[in-house]
Amino acid sequence: MNDELRAPIAFIIMGILLATVGFTQSWSVSLSVINLCIISSIMAIGVNLQWGYGGLFNAGVMGFTALGGLTAVLVSHDPIYEAWDKAGVGIVISAIIFVLSITALLFVFRNIENKQIRNTLIILIIVFGLIGINNFYGPSIDIIESINPAKTGFLGGLGLPIIFSWLIAAVVAGLIAWVIGKITLRLRSDYLAIATLGISEIVIAVVKHEDWLSRGVKNVSGLDRPVPYEIELQQSEWFLNLVERLNFSKLEAMQSLSSRQDLLNDLVIDSSGIFVKLCYAGLFFSVLLLIFYLSQLALNSPWGRMLRAIRDNEEAASAMGKNIFAQHLQIFIIGSAIIGIAGAMLTTLDGQFTPGSYRPLRFTFIIWLMVIIGGSGNNLGSIFGGFFIWFIWIEAEPLSIGFMNMLAGGLEYENPLRMHLLGSAAHLRLFIMGLLLLLALRFMPRGVIPEKIQKK
Amino acid sequence: MENFEFINAMVLLANFVIVPALSYGSQLALATLSLTIIYGVLRFSNFAQADWMSFGTMATILFTWLFQSAGISAGILPTALLALPFAIIVTALFCLLIDRSVYSFYRKQKSQPIVLMIVSVGVMFILQAVVRFIIGPNDRKFFDGEKYIVHALDFKNYFGLAEGLTIKSTQLITVIVALVAMISLFYFLQKTKLGKSMRAYSNNEDLALLSGINPEKIVIVTWIISSILITTAGVLYGLDKSFKPFTYFNLLLPMFAAAIVGGIGSPIGAVIGGYVIAFSEITLTYAYKKFFVYLLPESLEPSGLMQVLSTDYKFAISFIILVIVLIVRPTGIVRGKII
Repeated sequence: MNDELRAPIAFIIMGILLATVGFTQSWSVSLSVINLCIISSIMAIGVNLQWGYGGLFNAGVMGFTALGGLTAVLVSHDPIYEAWDKAGVGIVISAIIFVLSITALLFVFRNIENKQIRNTLIILIIVFGLIGINNFYGPSIDIIESINPAKTGFLGGLGLPIIFSWLIAAVVAGLIAWVIGKITLRLRSDYLAIATLGISEIVIAVVKHEDWLSRGVKNVSGLDRPVPYEIELQQSEWFLNLVERLNFSKLEAMQSLSSRQDLLNDLVIDSSGIFVKLCYAGLFFSVLLLIFYLSQLALNSPWGRMLRAIRDNEEAASAMGKNIFAQHLQIFIIGSAIIGIAGAMLTTLDGQFTPGSYRPLRFTFIIWLMVIIGGSGNNLGSIFGGFFIWFIWIEAEPLSIGFMNMLAGGLEYENPLRMHLLGSAAHLRLFIMGLLLLLALRFMPRGVIPEKIQKK
Repeated sequence: MENFEFINAMVLLANFVIVPALSYGSQLALATLSLTIIYGVLRFSNFAQADWMSFGTMATILFTWLFQSAGISAGILPTALLALPFAIIVTALFCLLIDRSVYSFYRKQKSQPIVLMIVSVGVMFILQAVVRFIIGPNDRKFFDGEKYIVHALDFKNYFGLAEGLTIKSTQLITVIVALVAMISLFYFLQKTKLGKSMRAYSNNEDLALLSGINPEKIVIVTWIISSILITTAGVLYGLDKSFKPFTYFNLLLPMFAAAIVGGIGSPIGAVIGGYVIAFSEITLTYAYKKFFVYLLPESLEPSGLMQVLSTDYKFAISFIILVIVLIVRPTGIVRGKII
């Protein structure tokens, strides 16, 4: 097939699929899928920058997503003044000790040549740092976690509008990426994968177990929204008028006044949900467009050409005087920052932060699938991958149940084999994902919308 | 009396730190060996290795159930040990099937290691689906036979100490089986012709091909050895604790950490790495309060738990060690990369 035609055809098919869900299930479901598709696409662009343009394997997408989510909480939740009053000092002091010890460690590591002195100093710093932190940290978190534990029990956040967190999430994720990149990017490519896999597990462990920071597995819910609430919409005049005008003919067809009022009420409730989702979709879509536009701009610039040159032939690029490590670090930070934004958006959409829900399959490897199937090295491909794979991931479950029902069709209702088949239907989607990845790698290694090779 | 305090402290340490770390370390060492052998010969980081472990263990559990229903048992030993050889055969066959249908294509294309790594992610998905489909995602215990070799209560009564020492039979089995497996692996690699040709292939592929080594044979042997090691590791881990696919998947990070810490591609390094990671995980998360209460005079008794890190961060430790090794000595303890 002509490469030029692939992108439009792919997106038309995607549109048809989403519209089918709209018509057969409901538009509300279709819009929820679309919202998550957009977020997935943004994550996929982040991974694509790292892999498709930089050739870096980041297996820690989940960690950066969770960091974004945590940032959303810390930016938008109201501060818990009582906790700050009683234990804020302790937390701040332990943070200062932590930073000081790390700086001291780095200083010693870099500047002291004598091995014996260096090692003694390092051990001393670690021991005193730990003792110092333990003295302040333990008691403070006990106090914080005891303040109204059922509702808060953590330090709270800054109380800013949640939409700011999208930007701050980029900064936070970028900073963490800088630290990881510094350590691992000089080494072989596999080490980056393993190190990022590890760091993402640590991030999850921290948000799960540091209750004073994130409430841990008790979750933070009821985060504020950048869009109106359904209940407000249902009570506002303009929205009622809008619904009435849009469904004029439907309402006219009703005979009695009371049945007309009932229909209007139902319509208002339905449409308020759809309206909220549309608002989210609009917001997310503008972010997606902005990120897409900016990354296209960057990647078509001399900087982008240099990145591709490094990816395709490191030695040659290095011989031309390009600093490979610095470029890798840059692209790693940018990609991770984008994933962080997507993480914050996801938490905003959910309205809650649930550390227990971060699983590597769902947040790391699925995103990888999106990039590879969409077409690594092509941002449009990543967007398509994000939509397509997320759609499959969501729709695979009902489809697998249907498939299992068909398979078990001849069996009686209570048959253990039938029960087992239906019970395991959910796992079939893992199989579908794996199969898709393997098939794509084998028969379509360049993806659905391949990278454009520019010849000049 | 003074002496008893010291002995009590040591027994406490042995009971909660040394014995568990020794058995976990042996399990980890076996698993890491299989990872490192794949890395050394086939030259890619296999992300599916933890799920091969699940698969092998699942096969063992199925055979165990079969044997139990047929009334076959191993007496005081767990039935799973009887089932293990059969499970290894099944796992190795499935490994070879996957290799034929998936990996061999990329080998012929001389794809980059990173492509093979992504392929292994696909295999990981499939294996997870297969394991969850057949046996389900839940926790399963498949241990039977005699549970304890030394029981804490008997130990206390016999020696008249305040602290007891428990040695579970699975812990002894683990250490023995792991030792046997390691010794036979090293014997195979160092002394047999096939092992030597494997090492040669790992060291320099082109040179090995020139000297008439059949690469396909090496690949098959590698997968078989990997299946033996990973299934054994998985079964020992499952006997000691329990089998749950998600827990097994989480062992991937300690496995990688152990492989890199020891020196990736080096079998001795894998064994050392496995024990290093296991001992650090357990020593750093153990609360030493009671230990110090025995050792120190009353006036110096510690107030806190004396725990370096909370147990919630167990696997963070393997990662921290990994980072330290990457910074200080990226090649690992034993300079790796060849078998």
